[in-house]
Amino acid sequence: MSTRIARSTPGARAAMVIAALGLIVLAAAPWWAGRADMRLLGEIYLYLSLAVLWNLMAGYAGLVSVGQQAYVGFGGYMLFALTMFAGLHPILAILLGGVLAAAISVPIAALIFRLKGAYFAIGTWVMAEVFRLSFAQASSLGGGSGSSLPVDVVRSLADSRSGREALSYWLALGAAVTVMACVYLFLRSRRGLALTAIRDSEVAAAGLGINIWRTKLEVYVVTSAFTAIIGGLIFLQKLRISPDAAFSVNDWTAFVIFIVVIGGIGTLEGPIIGTILFFLLRETLADLGTIYLIVLGLVAIVIMLKAPKGVWGLIRSRFDLELFPLSYRVRTDAPDKGA
Amino acid sequence: MDWVSAVVQGTLLGGLYALFAAGLSLIFGVMRLVNIAHGDLIVLAAYLGLSTTVMLGVHPFVALLIVMPAMAGIGYCLQRGVLNQTLGDDILPPLLVTFGLSVIIQNALLEGYSADPQKMSAGTLETASISAGGLTVGVLPLLTFAIAVAVIAGLQFMFYRTAMGRAFRAVSDNSDIAQLMGLNKAHVFGVAMAIALAVTAIAGILLGVRTSFDPSVGGARLIFGFEAVIIGGLGNLWGTLAGGVILGVAQTLGAKVDPGWQLLAGHIAFLIVLAVRPNGLFPRVSH
Repeated sequence: MSTRIARSTPGARAAMVIAALGLIVLAAAPWWAGRADMRLLGEIYLYLSLAVLWNLMAGYAGLVSVGQQAYVGFGGYMLFALTMFAGLHPILAILLGGVLAAAISVPIAALIFRLKGAYFAIGTWVMAEVFRLSFAQASSLGGGSGSSLPVDVVRSLADSRSGREALSYWLALGAAVTVMACVYLFLRSRRGLALTAIRDSEVAAAGLGINIWRTKLEVYVVTSAFTAIIGGLIFLQKLRISPDAAFSVNDWTAFVIFIVVIGGIGTLEGPIIGTILFFLLRETLADLGTIYLIVLGLVAIVIMLKAPKGVWGLIRSRFDLELFPLSYRVRTDAPDKGA
Repeated sequence: MDWVSAVVQGTLLGGLYALFAAGLSLIFGVMRLVNIAHGDLIVLAAYLGLSTTVMLGVHPFVALLIVMPAMAGIGYCLQRGVLNQTLGDDILPPLLVTFGLSVIIQNALLEGYSADPQKMSAGTLETASISAGGLTVGVLPLLTFAIAVAVIAGLQFMFYRTAMGRAFRAVSDNSDIAQLMGLNKAHVFGVAMAIALAVTAIAGILLGVRTSFDPSVGGARLIFGFEAVIIGGLGNLWGTLAGGVILGVAQTLGAKVDPGWQLLAGHIAFLIVLAVRPNGLFPRVSH
């Protein structure tokens, strides 16, 4: 009997084909979807990206942050500042915002990594508050009341409104695909293996020679950069920014946490399932206003208590399914004669 | 003189922050739980106080007689019904469950009381002041500070001099052995949360008398309490009072420079302490 070790499964290969086909359909949305649908889809992609990034930090690196709105807002403000004062093209400004966020996240990490576990979480929130209060002081960006993206900057994207909407849609889709692909490839790499080891046991991982602090720092910096880029794209859709909207803990962290918890923390499929469920819930319950948020909070608590691996965890334990093959499997082929 | 006055006002404000922090510190000390919903529970207490004063027509301090037991009851049920199930080696469940709780409380208050800012009236107490040596100090801030000192002294006494405190320290040190000695861990944790939320009730009423509040202000109260705990040093209640005072003074001094700098100055003071003394200014001596 011969055995071999493989990552891929027929299920995963089928999922890849379906995903590729689905992606082509979604990329063609400007030709088949209405304006409102495209806006909604764009929002879904950006929330999916935020969820995948938060999940990488919390689910894999053990860095539970409730302050990711710091980088969403920072990316948004960099889009406005760099286009308005440096005359950069919006897309260039968004990418540069990511680079600047990476640079600023290093000293921040040096400070808040001193806090452990849950205190780290509140420390990230303090940081986000510092960002919010600082940008509220920036009178050239409208201070506390915020500002709108100037018309000529918006025009520089594309001349027609439909052209701009299609471009901003593709940017959101491209960002989501890039984030998913980067996180997937990262987790399959040597460093991703180190990260998974840290997730399972920090003590054992340290014993194997993994530099825990450094690995976590890398994850934090990369996540910060991507989160800022997503933030830039979010405010490119909104075209208006204010400190309270940019650094909202509810919009950019609470919802993202609910998405990941409901979908399944510590898995790549979880954020996808979570995002779909979140938007289904939102589109059906949104009329109920605050009740909707109470329901969301209750669902998240019940899932955390009763099924801590989320909806995807339930599916996976029943069907042994993995859409993004990260783990290794031993497969046995047909037994050889005489062996 | 203005600056001296700002320092005095900040010190007294620090008493309120220490009250925000005391409950947080207590439950972390006993069960290593960090309650993200702590700030929202403070606001919930303020609203319960408001309802009591409006319905019964009593002074906010009299309302404490109802709000304190109510919050303690909520705390005990919350701990035994929900939070005890989240405790373990993994830090994610307590964090995420209390985060969900925070969103629920906030939106339930929004549903019940609307987003309009509210305030409790404490009558003549609000405007009464004492003048001494050119300084004018409000009676209410002074009283707040005195209450904070009394609460912390009381918690300190309870923790180190009573049978309940011994139980708290025992489950904190090693909950398995404490259970072998006949302590019911679930009950002890419930009592700890009840006491923490009774303190939260005091903090909520004093907050509601001092300033106007609305359902969204809980997050900031959690952050102030957390900063006071970290500045003072984890596990040290008197240190928490000192941390609250440092935070309060930083805020009033910041506001003196520029009103927009009030909160920012407090956060910066916290970050400086974190950079220079990551264990806080007065870390508990390990023994």
